[in-house]
Amino acid sequence: MIDIALSAKQLNVHYGEKHAVHDVSLDFAEKEVTALIGPSGCGKSTFLRSLNRMNDLIPSCRVTGDIWLKDQNINGSDTDVVALRKNIGMVWQRPNPFHKSIYENIAFGPRYHGVKNKKQLDEIVEQSLRKAAIWEETKDRLHKSALALSGGQQQRLCIARTIAVKPDVILMDEPASALDPISTSKIEELISELKQDYSIVIVTHNMHQAARVSDKTAFFLNGHVVEYDKTETIFTNPTNQRTNDYITGRFG
Amino acid sequence: MSAKTADKIATGVIVFITGLIALALLGLLGYILFRGLGHISWHFLTSPPETIRKGGGIGPQLFNSLFLLVLTMIITVPLGIGAGIYMSEYAKAGKITSAIRLVVEVLSSFPSIIVGLFGLLVIVNKFNLGFSLLSGALALTIFNLPLMVRITEQGLRSVPVQQKEASLALGISKWKTIRSVQLPIALPIVLSGSILAAGRIFGEAAALLFTAGMSSPRLDFSDWNPLHNDSPLNPLRPAETLAVHIWKVNSEGLAPDATQIAAGASAVLIITVLLFNLGARALGRYMHNRFTASK
Amino acid sequence: MKKSNDREVATPHLAEEWVGKVYTFICILFLIITIFSMVYFVASKGLSTFIVNGVNVKDLLTGLKWKPDGEPPMFGALPFIFGSFSTSILAAIIAAPLGFCAAVFMVELSPKIGRTFMQPVIELLAGIPSVVYGFVGLSVIVPLFRDLFPGQGVGIAAGSLVLAFMILPTITTIATDALASLPAGLKEGSYALGATRWQTIYRIVLPTTLPAQMTGIVLGIARAFGEALAVQMVIGNAPHIPNSLFESTSTLTSAITLSMGNTAMGSVQNNALWSLALILMLMTFVFVFIIRWLEGRKKL
Repeated sequence: MIDIALSAKQLNVHYGEKHAVHDVSLDFAEKEVTALIGPSGCGKSTFLRSLNRMNDLIPSCRVTGDIWLKDQNINGSDTDVVALRKNIGMVWQRPNPFHKSIYENIAFGPRYHGVKNKKQLDEIVEQSLRKAAIWEETKDRLHKSALALSGGQQQRLCIARTIAVKPDVILMDEPASALDPISTSKIEELISELKQDYSIVIVTHNMHQAARVSDKTAFFLNGHVVEYDKTETIFTNPTNQRTNDYITGRFG
Repeated sequence: MSAKTADKIATGVIVFITGLIALALLGLLGYILFRGLGHISWHFLTSPPETIRKGGGIGPQLFNSLFLLVLTMIITVPLGIGAGIYMSEYAKAGKITSAIRLVVEVLSSFPSIIVGLFGLLVIVNKFNLGFSLLSGALALTIFNLPLMVRITEQGLRSVPVQQKEASLALGISKWKTIRSVQLPIALPIVLSGSILAAGRIFGEAAALLFTAGMSSPRLDFSDWNPLHNDSPLNPLRPAETLAVHIWKVNSEGLAPDATQIAAGASAVLIITVLLFNLGARALGRYMHNRFTASK
Repeated sequence: MKKSNDREVATPHLAEEWVGKVYTFICILFLIITIFSMVYFVASKGLSTFIVNGVNVKDLLTGLKWKPDGEPPMFGALPFIFGSFSTSILAAIIAAPLGFCAAVFMVELSPKIGRTFMQPVIELLAGIPSVVYGFVGLSVIVPLFRDLFPGQGVGIAAGSLVLAFMILPTITTIATDALASLPAGLKEGSYALGATRWQTIYRIVLPTTLPAQMTGIVLGIARAFGEALAVQMVIGNAPHIPNSLFESTSTLTSAITLSMGNTAMGSVQNNALWSLALILMLMTFVFVFIIRWLEGRKKL
C-alpha cells in the first residue's frame, strides 16, 4: 500500500463572493508526482496555494475543509503555520530568488531553522545546489548576487532553496512556464530526480509536461475535480467526456 | 483671435511663468549664497555668537543642529519604521485601520508651531525635561513620525509580494521575513526618504522655539562627558539651533552685523539642506544600481 | 512516519512573532496616544480661557482689540484670524496659477526639461527651511515693497508673497501628478477633433483634474495657515486689521510665536494664546476634512 503524504478533504475556497474551489478531496501519494491540470481560472493554483496556507496572505480569501499532512491538520485554526510551512516547500511560476547572494539564498532557511555551524551550512548549500543540478554553474560565484543568474538558473536555485530546509512535500505552481525550452527540460529532469526523496504536487498548463513528469493527474474545471487517476489513464483512457475534450484540445 | 493664436500666447505664458519660477529659485539661492558665502569663515563656523558686539559666530548653533538631528533620528527611525511596518504588514483592512490612517494624516498636517506648543506643555513642563536637546528631539520626533511612517509604508509596498511568499514558504516567521527579506529591499526608499526628512529636521525652527529653547549656554568643547553641565553632549541642556538662531538674530538681534550673521547662517543652512538633497538622490541611485544592475 | 520527530521542532518563532507584533504595535500606539494627548492638552488649555478666566467666546472670535495687559484686558482675536486667512488665501491665489503653469509645462510642453530641471527646482524650493524664506523676505521683499508702496513694506502682501513661494512645491507636485495620471485617450480624442493644445488644456484637462488641483490648493492653504516664523518675520506684528496690504498686521501663528515666551503659564494672557492655538488646530481638522472630501470626489 502506498503511503499518503498529503490529503485534502472537502476543501472549499472562497475569494470574497467567488467560490473558487468546490469540495475538492484529493490524496497525494508519498514520493510521487501529482499533476493538477485544467484551463486558466479553474482553481488549480488556488487549491495549490491552500496546501501551505499561502492563501492566508489574501485578506478576502476563506478556506474551509481539512488538509492532512500525516496526522496534522494543516487547515486547523490553531495550526502553527510557520512550523507547518517548513514541511511543505513551494516553487512559483516566476523565479523569485531573494535579493541576496546565491549562498545566502540557500543558507537563509536552514540557518533560521537552527543550523548555525558554518561547515554544516556550507555542506547543506553544496548538497542542495547539487540536487537542484546547479552546483557546477554556481560554485565559483556563491557570494555573487542571485539576481545575476539566468531565469532557468534562478528557478533551479529556488528549488535548491526549497529542498535546503528538507520539506516532505514540494508544491510547484507552473514552475517552467516562464522559461525557455532548454531550461524547461532541465526542470522536468530535476522533478523526476527529486521524486526519489520528495512528494511533489505540480500545477501545469502544459499537458505534455503533465504526461512526462507525473504519476497521477487531477483534472480541474470550474473549481471542481472532474477526474483524478493515474496519469496514463487520464491521458489515454479518461472516463469523463470533459476530460477527454480538454486533453484532446477542444477547449482550454 | 483665432484658436491658433490663443494657443501660441498660452504656450508663451506657460513657458514664461515656468522660467520665472526657475529664475526665482536660482535668484533665491544666488542671493543667499552671494550674501552669505562672503561671511563664512572658519572663525564664523566655530566661534560662539556675540550679543552686542561684532564678529560673533555660529559654532555652538551648528553643533546643536547636528547633535539634535542625530538625537532625533535615533528616536524617530526605530519608532517610525516600526509604526510603518505595522501599517503595511500587520494592520488588517477595516474601520480601525482607516481610523489610524486618518490620525496619522491629521498629525502630519499639524502646524509645527502646534507641535512645539505641545512639547512646551507636556515634554518641557509636565515631564520636566526643561528647555533641552532631549525635549527638542522629542518634539521633532512627533513632527517627523508621520513622514517616517509614510516612507516606510512606501518602501515596503515596493517589495514584490513574491519575495515575502518565498520566505514564508520556507517556514520563516513573518517578523523574520520582514526584517531579513522585505526591509533590505525597501532600504533604498527608506534611506533616501530619511535623508530628506533629516533635511527637514535640520531646517525646522518653530517646533524648537519652546522646546530646545532659544539660548545656548557656554559650552566646553573639551569636556565630552554627557553628564557634565557644560558638556556639548549633555542632552538636558538648552540648545539653540542654527535655524532658531537665524530667526532670533533677525527678529531681535542687537549685534551690528546681525544681517550678515543671518545671511551667513542661512547660507550654511541652505548648503547643508542641498547636501542632504543631493545625498538622498545619489544614495537612491547607487542603491538602485546595486540591486538591479548586478549582472 | 520517520519524520514525525523532526516535525516537533521547538517553537522559538512563536515568541519571535510576538516580539514583532508587540513592537510594531507599541510604535503605532505611541503615535496614536501622542496625537490624542495633543488634541486633549491644547484643547483643555485653549478652553480654559473661557472656562476658568471667563472670557466670552464671541468676544474672542469677533473682538477687534487685543490688549492682554490692558485694564480691563481685551482678547479680541479677529485681527489674527483675519490675518491668517487673508495671507494664506492670497498666497494660494498667487501660487495656484503659477503651480498649474509649471505642471502643464512639465507634463505637456516639455517632459524632458521638466524631469531633469524643473523637478529638482521644485524639490529644492520645498527643501528650503522656512526661516530662510523669512530672512529673504525680510531683506529683499520688505525693502522692495517699502520703496514701491506707501507704508513700511511689511504686511499681508509681503507675508503672502513669501508663503506663495513656500506652498508652490505642494501645489505644483499635486497638479503634476494629476495631469500625468490623465488617461492618454482623453487628450488624444480632443486633438483628433482638431482642438489646439491650449483648448484641450482648458476644456478637457483643467475640468477633469479640478478636484485634484483643489486638493493641492487646499493643502497649500493649510500649510500657509500653520506657517509661523517666515510669516512672523515679514508681517509686522501689529495686532489690528490693516487698511491696506502693505500695513503691519498679525496672524494667529505670529501672535503665538511672539508672546508665548513672554507670558506666565496659567495666566489669562497665556491661556488666551492657547485659545489661538486651539483655533489653529481646529482649522487643521477642517483642512484635513476638506482634503478628504476632495479626494473622495476625485475617485468618482
